[in-house]
Amino acid sequence: MSYTKRNDGRKFDETRPVEAKAGVIKRADGSAYFKMGKTVAYAAVYGPREIHPKFLQNPRKGKLRCFYNMMPFSSMGERVRPGANRRAKEIAMVTEKALLPVVDLTESPNSVVDVFIELPQTDAGTRCAGICAASMALADAGIPMKDMVAAVSIGRVDDKLVVDLDYSEESYEDGTVADIPIAVVSRTGEISLLQMDGELSRDELKQALEMAKKACSKIDKIQRDALKKKYEVKNE
Amino acid sequence: MNREQKDYILNFLEKGIRFDGRKLDEYRPIKIETGFSENAEGSARVIIGDTIVLAGVKLSVEEPYPDTPDKGTMMINAELMPLSSPDFEPGPPAIQAIEIARVVDRGIRESGSIDTKKLCIKKEEKAWCILIDICTLNDDGNLLDASALAVIAALQDTKMPSYNGKVVDYKKKTKETLPLNLKKIPTSCTVSKIGNHFIVDPVPEEEEKVEARLTVEVEEDGTLCALQKGGDKPLTAEDIDKIVGIGIEKSKELRKFL
Repeated sequence: MSYTKRNDGRKFDETRPVEAKAGVIKRADGSAYFKMGKTVAYAAVYGPREIHPKFLQNPRKGKLRCFYNMMPFSSMGERVRPGANRRAKEIAMVTEKALLPVVDLTESPNSVVDVFIELPQTDAGTRCAGICAASMALADAGIPMKDMVAAVSIGRVDDKLVVDLDYSEESYEDGTVADIPIAVVSRTGEISLLQMDGELSRDELKQALEMAKKACSKIDKIQRDALKKKYEVKNE
Repeated sequence: MNREQKDYILNFLEKGIRFDGRKLDEYRPIKIETGFSENAEGSARVIIGDTIVLAGVKLSVEEPYPDTPDKGTMMINAELMPLSSPDFEPGPPAIQAIEIARVVDRGIRESGSIDTKKLCIKKEEKAWCILIDICTLNDDGNLLDASALAVIAALQDTKMPSYNGKVVDYKKKTKETLPLNLKKIPTSCTVSKIGNHFIVDPVPEEEEKVEARLTVEVEEDGTLCALQKGGDKPLTAEDIDKIVGIGIEKSKELRKFL
């Protein structure tokens, strides 16, 4: 059996519908909402602010610190126990690494920029949605940035490479599945997040990266448009 | 808060108005949206001014507690998300979060607004367990009242998943709702005292100045079903009577949103 038609009727190189909005959490210094299909991410940025404990201070540059959390009612089926588990901690770490290449904190020594990612509803691709929201929230907070980051998961479902796996594809049962979350720095095309579970050939990986770049350039435009919309000056 | 700000807020109250232009007993605009989540069995987003709180309901089938073998159970948890305020930190729930969860829980439990006997599937063996989580999205004050509203709205939005006696099929939601007694459902109004003034729905600048507060949870007929005093200063019996009066009055307004 070959995967000839996607479960939700999308083209193989098509993401789910994307919605993005900047400045949704007023108390934060910067924030964003990013929705991809049924996966919803909020990101809020606080800082640069004082870092505790003090030994984490770096006199050369500020620190970027990310947190990732699924709300307890966010997934289908049983409640997710609150609190940071191993999975959440690892995702927070790779999110940090995905964003680090574009943020410049040399002007904020000894301080921290905190990025909080919260997911009220999930349907696969949460780390990618979180990174997209976080990149926008950092820009919204006015953190010095060299570039923006967009992310998408490429999947191999049976014999087909597909863009932006949803949960039904991630749990496809008639064949094997590989899940490859990828983050792309928008202007340079560099890859700042790459993970994979499943099996994949070297050629397939090459193709997956190409597909991710194309999808991310579309996502990048949506992110930028949402930011521009917030700061748009309306001429009366 | 510095002295100047303190006087600033108080000076307005002396004139019978809030620093943001509201009357003393005036809530900011309230909006409730239910069903923001497809994965939760019930969900609601409550917006009061710029405060945003989410509540979600998950259901599971568990063995009833030995002391209540013919009743289902309910649990409420609140998380003050670090994304919602510069003052909240990641980690296990802080005391503020625990207080919110417990006060909201008490109002619902003591009012008897959920018929927990109807949640029992088989005595001593199986009963529905209602797990409610409150998550703050933006803290612009009065999280407690917003949380209480969100929980009630999420409970009203809840649809039971299908259950075949062995496993719960979360993908199949039935049309059945939770056994709620609408007349008993409580609304929560927290009245805060600053100087000799009583205000509702404070914003963070005002919350910093609150000397004492009393949360009043009221059923439809005006019966009180939960109280919680907070703040560092005491209240007199006259204060309390006045606050309860305001709470009962305001609860009529809040009830219209449910």
